[in-house]
Amino acid sequence: MILRIEQDHNRFKQIIRGRIKKELKKYISSGELIGRRGKDYISIPLPQIRIPQFIYGPKQTGGVGQGEGALGTVLGAGEVEGGKQEAGNQPGEHLLEVDISLDELAEMLGEELELPAIRPKGRKNILSNRDRYTGISRYGPETLRHFKRTYKETLKRSISTGTYRPDHPILIPIRADKRFRSWKSAAMPQANAVILYMMDVSGSMGEEQKEIVRIESFWIDTWLRHHYKGVEIRYIIHDAEAREVDRETFYHTRESGGTVISAAYKLCSKIVDLEYPAEEWNIYCLHFSDGDNWSQGDTEECVNILKAQLLPRVNLFCYGQVESPYGTGQFLVDLKEAYGDDERVAVSKIENKDGIYQSIKDFLGRGR
Amino acid sequence: MANLPKNLADLQEEIEGHARSYGLDFFPVIFENLDYRGLNQVASYGGFPTRYPHWRFGMEYEYLSKSYSYGLSKIYEMVINNDPCYAYLLECNAVVDQKLVIAHVYAHCDFFKNNLAFSKTNRKMMDVMANHGTRIRRYMDAHGVEPVENFIDSCLSLENLIDPHSPFIVRERPKDLPGTEETRPVVRRMKSKSYMNDFVNPPEFVEARQKKLEEEAKRKKRFPESPQRDVLKFLVDNSPLDNWRRDVLSMVREEAYYYAPQAQTKIMNEGWATYWHSKLMTERLLTDAEVIDYADHHSGTLGGRSGRLNPYKLGVELYRNIEERWNKGRFGKEFDDCEDLVERARWDRKTGLGREKIFEVRRHCTDVTFIDNYLTEDFCREHKLFIYDFNPKTGMYQISDRDFKKVKQRLLFQLTNFGQPFIYVVDGNFRNKGELLLQHKYEGVELKHDYARETLRNIQRIWGRPVNLDTVVDEKTRRISFDGEEFEEKEVSDKVA
Repeated sequence: MILRIEQDHNRFKQIIRGRIKKELKKYISSGELIGRRGKDYISIPLPQIRIPQFIYGPKQTGGVGQGEGALGTVLGAGEVEGGKQEAGNQPGEHLLEVDISLDELAEMLGEELELPAIRPKGRKNILSNRDRYTGISRYGPETLRHFKRTYKETLKRSISTGTYRPDHPILIPIRADKRFRSWKSAAMPQANAVILYMMDVSGSMGEEQKEIVRIESFWIDTWLRHHYKGVEIRYIIHDAEAREVDRETFYHTRESGGTVISAAYKLCSKIVDLEYPAEEWNIYCLHFSDGDNWSQGDTEECVNILKAQLLPRVNLFCYGQVESPYGTGQFLVDLKEAYGDDERVAVSKIENKDGIYQSIKDFLGRGR
Repeated sequence: MANLPKNLADLQEEIEGHARSYGLDFFPVIFENLDYRGLNQVASYGGFPTRYPHWRFGMEYEYLSKSYSYGLSKIYEMVINNDPCYAYLLECNAVVDQKLVIAHVYAHCDFFKNNLAFSKTNRKMMDVMANHGTRIRRYMDAHGVEPVENFIDSCLSLENLIDPHSPFIVRERPKDLPGTEETRPVVRRMKSKSYMNDFVNPPEFVEARQKKLEEEAKRKKRFPESPQRDVLKFLVDNSPLDNWRRDVLSMVREEAYYYAPQAQTKIMNEGWATYWHSKLMTERLLTDAEVIDYADHHSGTLGGRSGRLNPYKLGVELYRNIEERWNKGRFGKEFDDCEDLVERARWDRKTGLGREKIFEVRRHCTDVTFIDNYLTEDFCREHKLFIYDFNPKTGMYQISDRDFKKVKQRLLFQLTNFGQPFIYVVDGNFRNKGELLLQHKYEGVELKHDYARETLRNIQRIWGRPVNLDTVVDEKTRRISFDGEEFEEKEVSDKVA
């Protein structure tokens, strides 16, 4: 049941986020509730809007209280003019709780970056049949017999034919009494998504570059999860060779050695071939590197793999080039040359952390 | 409408009977059992599920649901002053809580019905609120959500500018009453013999003079005739508003008047309900198994953070104190004059008037008169009341006094006009330019300055012409003016009364 208040509640939240009625923004105060979680005191943010009225100023008003205490006993801190309400006599440190769900976060991301909603590809093609037991039928296998209905039918028949004896209520169902559960097959459009992250972990990728990848992939995860029900994520790292790893390893491995990007693309293409048929999955490939490929020949091979195997299947292929002091960044130039106007390919150059913002926009701004 | 399940309906009937046998007198009560979301919703709407849409109800809902889901507080019950009374119960409460709450509700309902402050409230408010909801939704359809909501925001900014006593006073005399017409000003004539009259008092001069006098008298005629505290009414009657805006403003005003008595009797009403639920529970309703839970929840209601005044507690203790005093005859001159503390403590004339007295008190008093008449020095000492103040040196609130007179005075000050400043309309044609002049009746505490300015902005939106407020800023009499674009603040010489 949707409550009527939800509408007002949403409107309030939108005002707080500054989306509507910006003139109220100056009346917003960042209040908090102090709660407890185990031993810790936590702060639950509670933004409030106070409509201005003729009221007394805070400082000059004291009040009446009740309890022990000599004159001069401190009760609590006063309100600092223009500042935040101090926590007063609450003990302990506050653990700040960000009271926001990932879904809300994704929404805010979308609003902030003005991202278009994703159109899952080929909705019509991606169907799966789901059986739902919704009805009753006269025919069916014994395993699906509906006991209660069958019993009722038997009872009805036996009463109407006069064979029912209340003192000896034995009922024997015949074929015509039996009722079975029946199902309908409904074609459910399914929107599953898989994200394949590839990262170059060659010697030239430093901690800072990986941090950028981490942050960026977090936001992309959040956005895609907001749009798809089941999101699977696979991680591939590569230097001169490529292998699939778990999440932890993905973000924390540092290897040395050269860079052969085609190895990663081959592996990626293999995974897609084996596990993610393009008719059923929305496939997102993201590759992060510093753009310093081993040889021009390998780059050509990459372009070929992309063209022949990956691009026909994926929703989006993103290449993010993280700036590093060692890389030449040639790969980005080559990719752009090959696929400059292909809308399935998004390339972006991320110079530093501030570049993440623009890069997310580059990647997700196409609504694919 | 979710009616009560059988066990609660039986309980309700039983409790209603007990309540009547104690002499409580109430409207029929309709109970509904809601889950916490439903109850939070109703509470956010100030008790009326059909109210008009506005974000501030959503804000209230956010607060209530966060406090509930983090286990900080929950609402046990909600009761609406209406005939019949509506009361909402929280579905998941234990039976002992439901008993307590039902008893509590009947006492509230008795209070609504019998307390004089409520005598002028609309007892069909359920319907009125639903009508307001429909009308505002219709305006939103016609003019857009945003303009209507913005205008409501402006109106709410003035919501407290009402005169809670006005429902009891016929303020404006009907216009065309014979004998109330003002005497026409007459030009004074020089004394003269009749044959000299036309020369001493030339007719054309007299006529011109007469005309001038009349014009002046007209201009001098005050508007409003005397300072008006019901600023909202003045604005409804005299602002150049579209019909829908005038209607919204008058709806906000009507709702403010409906809620005013509840704010005027917070201590009394909660005290009364607490008095009766504890009486009914301990004398009639509790089973042995429930005693511990009841004691726990009852003390939760009466407890609270140390140092804070809890209206439930203050109220119930005062009623009990009054009952005891009138049972033992501790009132009147003889008792007041007695200075022997031992004798006072033992004083018992077996007058037995207590119950009768508290019923009388609940009929006639509001919080202000309740405290003024019945808060005694003994009570103040027994219950360790004190006043606290802001100490600018330490930046802290500190206990500053335990003197009875000061405690009482402070308490009364906080309760008078709900602890809000008095604002009057003094001139609706200020400077003879159709400006509005408001006056803050200064009583030693200044207005919150930034809020005052913003409020003035909202009044200007309604009034259309420039608005002015005479108040005190930094201990100097100032006039804050807003003409729709800019604020101006000037010291004024004429005293703010």
